[in-house]
Amino acid sequence: MADITKPPKDAVLIGFGWTGAIMGMELTEANLNVVALERGVDRDTNTDFLYPRIADELTYGIRGKLFQDLSRETLTIRHSSKDHALPYRQLGSFLPGDGVGGGGVHWNGQHWRVLPEELRLKSHVTERYGKNFIPDGLTIQDFGVTYEELEPYFDKFEYICGTSGKAGNLNGAIVPGGNPFEGKRSREYPLPPLSDVYGAALFAKAAKDLGYHPFSEPAANASRPYTNPYGAQLGPCNFCGYCERFGCYMYAKASPQTTILPLLLKKPNFELRTQSHVTRINLDSSGTRAVGVTYVNSQGKTVFQPAALVVLCAFQLNNTKLLLQSGIGKPYNPATGLGVVGRNYTYQMMGGVQVFFDKDKPMNPFIGSGAGGQVIDDFNGDHFDHGPLGFVGGGYMGVIQTGGRPIQQMMIPKNTPKWGSKWKQAIKDHYLYSVNVMTHGTVMSHRDNYLDLDPTYRDVYGQPLLRMTFDWKENDIKMIQFLTGKAREIAEAMGGKSTEVTMKQFGDHYDTRLYQTTHNVGGAIMGENPKTSVVNRYLQAWDTHNVFVMGSSVFPQNIGYNPMGLAGALAYWSANAIRNSYLKNPGRLV
Amino acid sequence: MHTSEKSFGRRDFLRKVIALAPVLSIATCAPISKIGASSRQLYLPKYFTRHEWDFVSAACERLIPKDENGPGAVETGVPQFIDLQMDGAFGHAATWYMQEPFAAAIPELGYQSPLTPREVYRAGIAEVESYCKRMFSNRSFAKLPDATQDSVLSDLETGNLDFTNVSGKAFFAFLLQNTKEGYLADPAHGGNIGLASWKMIGFPGARADFKDWINRHGERYVFGPVSIDGRRK
Repeated sequence: MADITKPPKDAVLIGFGWTGAIMGMELTEANLNVVALERGVDRDTNTDFLYPRIADELTYGIRGKLFQDLSRETLTIRHSSKDHALPYRQLGSFLPGDGVGGGGVHWNGQHWRVLPEELRLKSHVTERYGKNFIPDGLTIQDFGVTYEELEPYFDKFEYICGTSGKAGNLNGAIVPGGNPFEGKRSREYPLPPLSDVYGAALFAKAAKDLGYHPFSEPAANASRPYTNPYGAQLGPCNFCGYCERFGCYMYAKASPQTTILPLLLKKPNFELRTQSHVTRINLDSSGTRAVGVTYVNSQGKTVFQPAALVVLCAFQLNNTKLLLQSGIGKPYNPATGLGVVGRNYTYQMMGGVQVFFDKDKPMNPFIGSGAGGQVIDDFNGDHFDHGPLGFVGGGYMGVIQTGGRPIQQMMIPKNTPKWGSKWKQAIKDHYLYSVNVMTHGTVMSHRDNYLDLDPTYRDVYGQPLLRMTFDWKENDIKMIQFLTGKAREIAEAMGGKSTEVTMKQFGDHYDTRLYQTTHNVGGAIMGENPKTSVVNRYLQAWDTHNVFVMGSSVFPQNIGYNPMGLAGALAYWSANAIRNSYLKNPGRLV
Repeated sequence: MHTSEKSFGRRDFLRKVIALAPVLSIATCAPISKIGASSRQLYLPKYFTRHEWDFVSAACERLIPKDENGPGAVETGVPQFIDLQMDGAFGHAATWYMQEPFAAAIPELGYQSPLTPREVYRAGIAEVESYCKRMFSNRSFAKLPDATQDSVLSDLETGNLDFTNVSGKAFFAFLLQNTKEGYLADPAHGGNIGLASWKMIGFPGARADFKDWINRHGERYVFGPVSIDGRRK
């Protein structure tokens, strides 16, 4: 039994990052009494992200002051179910957030939607290439919701964030300067694109000359002063070069703090409790309805919070872990392919081409925004013929210069000695004169990649760690090699003196030490069938109708873009279903 | 592996401990060095002993030497930086998951040692010192010629020189990582004295405001670096 039992609430939110803030706003607007439980500390711009202290690469960028403290809780990782999983002891490959705002504090703000065909990927691939085209082992499926249904919610999240960009498809009309491949937009972005750094301009010119379609990456970094529909004000990005991994001192990067919390935290029907680590969702005796959650507070006491509605708003890994710990949904069994919780864990794959320039072309790499730059979408989604290529997926590529922080972002030719005078000479010669053309692509879900609970290792609360079983598969390495090959052609036309390619090779194992992305997805996926998904198209748990799961946990496979725009839109879509259908008649929405 | 040398290790070690005992008693809490030629400040290490300090200073100066491109690790305060790191959260692995059981793993699964960075340094320095004395007429690493120091460091880096108590590669990896960090980080952390590395590469440090420069394509940024606390040199 818990040490303390709190008075009941209408809704409890587990985790208080982007989706927690969105849900908090939506459910309090519906006059519910809402409490958000955040495991980390409170954080805000004027207390935690102020200049000049924030301009400290070592503290934030390298030691990761704003990230999850792994000494308290981590996960274990292995490459196959035959291996022994070992803890992710040090941050490397991905950087989960912690504290109020979560990863929404230290993301880049690369604010994409999704391609319409990616939401019905299995159907689309089958229709165009035939059922046998999908490589053996892939467990891709449709999201169960269409782009047209989500459009108003993509739009809403962009207007909350003050996203800077240029529409490429306005109500079906292709608009010059935007992404001609994107789905239809109902209106322009709230703000015009950010200005480009030199390297991005060189990329755009080279790509255009080769017949591709460059455009400004949509950025939740405000290009102008902006007031969002809630009345929250953003300032313009000043290209400080301390964006991802840092909080924004300019109030320019959209985060829960800059766009939602100033309004939400003042509401009388909203309460935030920090340092409150949820350990379990409590079910009634039938096991089909949640009665609340149990958490550990900052004093180490266990607290039971009764609630009529439970919304999981934690990071993807933690949402999946909580479902497994709470016995909600049947755990996935890779031997039989049966079960759903933990199934279809996926990730993303990055490659890059480094371009080194002569000294008459300084790139000033320290001038950077989180998401401003030029990209092409010609090799994303199904914008190209996959038939002869033999893989499913794709991605985007381009120059997004986020900063020239010298410990992390130094680019020197690979054959340079790692230390000594030659290393010193190389950083002097190349620091100002290098640019990375990145490729950012999908990883498809595979029957061998999944999440479950670790039998050996425990967190500070005595609970099992989550266990990740994951490795790169041939399909995705084919994808990144194809993409990076195209990126190389563009990079070589940018006017540099040399280029170098970085990409995965067949046989490479997933390396937990090298930063890839924090775009971990799946584990609690959405879908049309309770046998192959944890939540329905409204993100409602099939088996437990008053539990909803937010975030990228619900993606059945990864998309080519950064996931936050889709995760945000899905949160608004789910909130709309809760407000307009579920609250009137609580029960299964599908 | 240096199996044949290892068998002499213990006897060598005992002899050295006895020989060094009086020096150690005098030296307790006494290692003091100058920070940078210009600042003339004295620095008292918080974690490293005098002998460890000598090793770290000598080793990081080989990793980033003073040369025609500017000051090296010692002059820019890298040993102080590393010492402060050993005494702080990093040295104690305070934010790493350090629960048992520990097991060997392929490198892709990341750091799996029960040793914290400060323990790796302590054990690593002791092993390398012991190795140097055995191999090079009882001389410590800091007393060896540059080329010999470089070859010892290379052997650590490649795994040619390894130990039972601590991984030589892991020790070298921390040493190299922390040396570069100290050289390139804001001087608030004890290194990068005089903003020397930032001046050399052209990084403006904590200026963090380039609205006026975003459209000046192909033009080299003209302002020098500034640190978090407003230092320009």
